[in-house]
Amino acid sequence: MMSNGSTGSLRIALSAIVGLLLAIVPLPHWLEVARPDFLLLFVVYWSLTAPRVAGLAFAWLCGFGIDLLHGVVLGQHALMFLLVGAITHRWQLQLRIFPVWQQAAWVLLMLLVYQFGVFWIDGIISQPVTTWERWLPVFSGALLWPSLVAVLDTWNRRRR
Amino acid sequence: MATLHSDSRPIIGRGPSVLARTIVLGALSIGIMALDHRQNYLEVARSFLSTVVYPLQAVVDLPFQGVDGLRNYLAGRERLRRENADMQAKLRVANLQLQRFAALAEENRQLRAVREASAGIATKTAIAEIMRIDLDPGRHRVLLNKGASDDLYKGQAVLDADGIFGQVTRVGKFASEAILITDAETATPIRVNRTGLRSIAVGTGDFNKLSLPFITGDADIKPGDLLVTSGLGGIFPPGYPVAQVTVVKRDAAATFAVVEAKPLAHMDHARELLLVWFEPPPTMDIDAAGQKIRSDKKPLPGKPRT
Repeated sequence: MMSNGSTGSLRIALSAIVGLLLAIVPLPHWLEVARPDFLLLFVVYWSLTAPRVAGLAFAWLCGFGIDLLHGVVLGQHALMFLLVGAITHRWQLQLRIFPVWQQAAWVLLMLLVYQFGVFWIDGIISQPVTTWERWLPVFSGALLWPSLVAVLDTWNRRRR
Repeated sequence: MATLHSDSRPIIGRGPSVLARTIVLGALSIGIMALDHRQNYLEVARSFLSTVVYPLQAVVDLPFQGVDGLRNYLAGRERLRRENADMQAKLRVANLQLQRFAALAEENRQLRAVREASAGIATKTAIAEIMRIDLDPGRHRVLLNKGASDDLYKGQAVLDADGIFGQVTRVGKFASEAILITDAETATPIRVNRTGLRSIAVGTGDFNKLSLPFITGDADIKPGDLLVTSGLGGIFPPGYPVAQVTVVKRDAAATFAVVEAKPLAHMDHARELLLVWFEPPPTMDIDAAGQKIRSDKKPLPGKPRT
């Protein structure tokens, strides 16, 4: 479906910027703690849809952007984005034929790996945030996955 | 999911494998983390890169600035009048205190002259605004809309109208990051104003609570006591209000009492903050004072003493 590389990469870059913006847009506190990791979901989506354009370097750069915007140790989110991207790339052929709910379950697992990794690195270098609320984005992200796929697929088809 | 002609890439011979690329990039991120965390080797790079992402932050902040401006523009007459009256009342009180302050300042100057040690006195202040950007919700950090181009420096004290707010941790070109005194990673050297007892106030991750873990059970401290900066550590100038003690729980079996305090600065809804420059900086001061003492002991001929 990615008919040619250049429009594909334009779309991917655009969604990455939107993902970065969504990571810092101010939200009321109750919503903020459950803010899904949009950018990571985008990375997973593009890794499955356009694996040759959105490769591991793309995943890594997105994570690095999050590091910069959030002002944490550089490389922390980059490493976890890379890990999720690599796992997705490794099993992309199976994942692409999963029904969407099964994909959502798998995304839940990926988000869990991601949050745990971030939590772990936090623990190594500084004080980790230990409230239960920090795991909320895992669930909100997985719940969001089906609608995110629907929206991005529609966007892809229309602008082909 | 609407994919695809499947990935027709041959398994062999199309660049390095997923595993190899993961290992390379993974090693790169771990290297960067180590460099960034250990010795702050990446200060310059980070400052540059944060300028690169600044447009994103500005884009997010912009609509809120606009809404604020519009709200001010459309502010009702009644509200303005009320605010005006409010401010005049506050100004009267402040003026009253200022009259006393002039006398105190003079007395203070004389005392300092006697001691030949002047702690840093604020010479320059600037107002910075908090940008409406969400950083990590579990951490108490904010982004200020001033940076290296306004002479901010790392470790600079940030105050609001009522007390110490935090300190600058990272300086970019146009924006900088400050950590609040309530963040779980910070500790503020304080003094109990009433007794002079020195201790440390540690952030709890709660906007309304500081914890004083190193107060012994028999120490003279009670709810209502004002905590001010002690000036130790060289970040915060001495004598600025930090918090008010709210809870003191003594347990005969425990060495330390449980002491909690409420920050005086409005941690969760401050918008405008005060940045202060000190001349000379407090750390330099200690050094200068030390040398002065030494030169007092052994006065050098030919060097005029000030």
